[in-house]
Amino acid sequence: MHALLLEGSPKTPSVRFDPENGSLELRGRSIPENSIDFYKPLTDWLDEYARSPRPRTSLHVQLEYFNTSSSKCILDLFKRLEALRAMGNEVEVLWHYEADDEDMLEAGEDYQAIINVPFRMIEIEEVDD
Amino acid sequence: MLDRIHVLYEELEQQRIMLSFKGELSPELITALLGLVERKLEALEEDVRLRKRLFNVVMECLQNLYHHNARIRTGASGPERTEEPQGVVMIGHHDRGYSVLTGNFMAGDQVERFRSHLDRINAMDDEGLRDLYKSILADGRFSEAGGGGLGMIDIARKSKSKLEYGFVPYDADNAFFSLNVNVGN
Repeated sequence: MHALLLEGSPKTPSVRFDPENGSLELRGRSIPENSIDFYKPLTDWLDEYARSPRPRTSLHVQLEYFNTSSSKCILDLFKRLEALRAMGNEVEVLWHYEADDEDMLEAGEDYQAIINVPFRMIEIEEVDD
Repeated sequence: MLDRIHVLYEELEQQRIMLSFKGELSPELITALLGLVERKLEALEEDVRLRKRLFNVVMECLQNLYHHNARIRTGASGPERTEEPQGVVMIGHHDRGYSVLTGNFMAGDQVERFRSHLDRINAMDDEGLRDLYKSILADGRFSEAGGGGLGMIDIARKSKSKLEYGFVPYDADNAFFSLNVNVGN
């Protein structure tokens, strides 16, 4: 299966889903008006990946902003990982947040409370644009 | 109208309006407006957290205008529900922070439900809002636009202030909804 690689844009994150090493990355901003259109190929990719996953899968999320319309789509990604884990695979979410961004840390903790997948909260230095 | 331009300019200047837009919104226009807000804030606001919270509030407000705009028009074939992403948005800067003001039309039959949603939000503290957000997110009560009422909850959380709002009757079927969100330190 192919890697899913998407360049970031002012409203959508860069995507790097690599089936060879089970490393999935979502970085940048997720603030499109129609999040479902953007996330559909990502969830489709994960559905296909789940048929022959690596023993260990990690999703790196490093978002500067995401809108409420993306929040449900991001939850859908996590739900796919939850299902993958329920099948006996090792799965982890690495949730990155900037040192002073309490809101982003809270958002990660909220997902952590909803989803049955281990989360690691990773504080990063403030990113200068 | 010509002599009103100066009056309008003075008024915007006095209110320290850093951005004002009235008209039809598109995703491209929202991108442009957000880019403008971001550049202005980089020059104007040193507090990075406040900058981020304000950007978030402006973004959700603009997207609310874009998504939630049912209006009832009565044509030859009777009343019809239309989608018109029309609205007005202004961002003012004052001594205690910023105001994000928006206005848009809304079908009158939606007003009471929306009002009770806003009142419920305003009655909650930070923790209550966080729990409400989490429970709506977890149980998947979402509309096509992805809302489920999360937008206003997020605006209240990020602004850390009560939502000031009003409805003005516009015609038999529609109301005009005004919102002021104060974003301070």
